[in-house]
Amino acid sequence: MIEFPMVSFENVTKRYGALTVLDNLNLTIARGEKVAIIGPSGSGKTTVLRMLMTLETIDGGVIRVEGEPLTHMERNGQLVPADQAHTRKVRAKIGMVFQSFNLFPHMTALQNCMEAPVKVLGLSRDEAEARSTELLEMVGMSNRRDYYPSQLSGGQQQRVAIARALAMRPKVMLFDEVTSALDPELVGEVLQVIRKLGAEHDLTMLMVTHQMGFAKEFADRVCFFHSGQICEEGEPTAFFQNPQNERSRQFLRAVLEAG
Amino acid sequence: MWDWAFALEILPTLAKAAVVTVQVTVLGFLIALVVGLMLAACRVMLPGTRFPISLLVELIRSTPLLIQIFFLYFVGPSFGLTLDALTAGILAVGLHYAAYCSEVYRAGFESVPRGQWEASVALNLGRWTTLRDIIIPQAIPPVVPALGNYLVALFKETPLLSAIAVMELMQSAKIIGSQTFRYNEPITLVGLFFLVMSLASAWAIRRVETGINRRYKR
Amino acid sequence: MGIRGLAGVLFLTVAVIWYLSGLEGYKIFVPGLAQGAAMTLQITAAAAVLAVIAAITAALSKLYGPAPLRWLAITYIEVFRGTSALVQLFWLYFVLPVFGITMEAYEAAVLGIGLNIGAYGAEVVRGAIISVPRGQWEATIALNMTRAQALRRIILPQAFAAMIPPWGNLFIELLKTTALVSMITLGDLAFRAQQMNQTTMKTVQIFTLVLLIYLAMSLAITIGMRVLEHRAARGILRARAA
Ligand SMILES: Nc1ncnc2c1ncn2[C@@H]1O[C@H](COP(=O)(O)OP(=O)(O)OP(=O)(O)O)[C@@H](O)[C@H]1O
Ligand SMILES: [Mg+2]
Repeated sequence: MIEFPMVSFENVTKRYGALTVLDNLNLTIARGEKVAIIGPSGSGKTTVLRMLMTLETIDGGVIRVEGEPLTHMERNGQLVPADQAHTRKVRAKIGMVFQSFNLFPHMTALQNCMEAPVKVLGLSRDEAEARSTELLEMVGMSNRRDYYPSQLSGGQQQRVAIARALAMRPKVMLFDEVTSALDPELVGEVLQVIRKLGAEHDLTMLMVTHQMGFAKEFADRVCFFHSGQICEEGEPTAFFQNPQNERSRQFLRAVLEAG
Repeated sequence: MWDWAFALEILPTLAKAAVVTVQVTVLGFLIALVVGLMLAACRVMLPGTRFPISLLVELIRSTPLLIQIFFLYFVGPSFGLTLDALTAGILAVGLHYAAYCSEVYRAGFESVPRGQWEASVALNLGRWTTLRDIIIPQAIPPVVPALGNYLVALFKETPLLSAIAVMELMQSAKIIGSQTFRYNEPITLVGLFFLVMSLASAWAIRRVETGINRRYKR
Repeated sequence: MGIRGLAGVLFLTVAVIWYLSGLEGYKIFVPGLAQGAAMTLQITAAAAVLAVIAAITAALSKLYGPAPLRWLAITYIEVFRGTSALVQLFWLYFVLPVFGITMEAYEAAVLGIGLNIGAYGAEVVRGAIISVPRGQWEATIALNMTRAQALRRIILPQAFAAMIPPWGNLFIELLKTTALVSMITLGDLAFRAQQMNQTTMKTVQIFTLVLLIYLAMSLAITIGMRVLEHRAARGILRARAA
């Protein structure tokens, strides 16, 4: 049996009108790999994650998850646009944590976590509650399970959001600048949860981040994006110590200067 | 079921009635604009009038226009105010929508930053001068679309005047109906007239709105 | 005005109605007006139910329906918002029989007013749905929910809070619009008032009472909707992810 990569982007192109945001992107991510995506603002980092989550359509190329095309499906040996059922089947392997949390404001932390497992996976309420409680425990939020989002700090909301995504048992987790909307003193608690997640689970993770220190320590690979293309990628220590590309060097210098 | 010849035959009669409808709309809305502005201005400038005016506005907005039309038309004479049906109708419609317009103006006044009042005090402008020269010119443009929507609403309520036998479109259609026993054509034509006018004004209001947004984007 | 203030005004209004109906010049009108008021309330309630159903159906069709359904919804909304309520009533009552559909005055009244207010309500519902932040939809996609699940469980409950105040205004409009049914010979409050006015010419007494009764009904609706609004706000629908 051939071992498929967990996720692969093959010549993926994305345009907004006349603007080409991603230009023939090729990126392959192995099972369990932790990839950090860095790069200047507007370089297309968010777009990569959103396409993988099917929040954006793609204009060219194919994205595969465990070998299966995401936005297309095979019919009579040809790739045709995916129907709803196919999309939902493939999408079930992916979870996402948003920069702005996007918790459901009318539900408590626990209800936020239980909603999709009950409605989408068809778990019983007891099963879903057990699973959610365990995950809230893991992110250190079990004592706040009956709080509404508006009663939680940003860091706490984001930890609930992580638990909510995990409750669907995805194979790939996407993190889009999950600490950017947080006050500085709250960043640590969320990164701590992600570290723990990386250590305890065999999840494939794709994270867009501006925390260079965290990317260096946590990721297996760093991809540096610039105007819709991967300019440089590699093992974090090597990349941060000795970037090869002029653009990466400029970017790292600017980031270091900013503190 | 639908008689084109008949429809054509009644068209001139309806057209004449449409003139009355437009007349009621224009005059009624003028009253609404002016009285509404006066009410709103009084509320801002004379704190003592705040409560009675808001009570009056609530009373007008909480009761049916039809009853208010009857009230002016039938009750007026007991107080020595005898009006012909058309005048009573225009007045009732105008005052009813003045209540709505005053709320629109009020929102406009409130959207002008406090600093504008304070700057005017610092320049030693009088209060009424400030209202007229500084506040109103800033308060009105953003609320023009809201006022426009009430113009359309008023227009659509003019058929109520048929209840006191004003010869506007609806009354005319009713009379044609009762004389010929054909309601189909007159009422459908009246409906179409309103539909076309409403859609056209909705379109016009949107144009004005985008124009204003472009000019007053802060 | 706060709920307490409104309740105070309502109390005062009812007290005045009560006082007036005991007076000699007013007494004779009370039974007739009471009957009319009952009819007004009945039409208001029935039309309100129809309006809410029509509004939600039309809004969802316009937003998410397949093209033919969407066009049907748009046509319904534009036609009923673009023409006068009175014209619509007359059309239902006098013109539809030409096409072989005959209705009682009461049915025409409920149908006409319900559909009229429902058309305005559809835009309220639609506005409230599209005002729910986009991130909420995206979260439901990331959790692999279907669109129907997302609407029912996540989007509509949040839109609900935003809908209450405009629906309060619409219900007042609805109540006021019911006065038009007097013109298709239905015995509501406005009809009784005109009838008694013609026979007794005691115009001041009759119309004062009638205005006060409508005012009391409007106030009751406003207070009810405010209470609902309070409840919804307390259900922690306010502060979105800060
Ligand atoms: N919905 C959209 N319509 C038009 N252009 C868009 C849209 N979304 C993103 N873009 C453009 O696509 C480009 C890439 O956006 P993207 O959000 O992926 O950048 P990013 O790398 O995540 O930036 P940041 O670090 O600021 O989050 C930008 O130039 C942006 O302006
Ligand atoms: Mg981004």
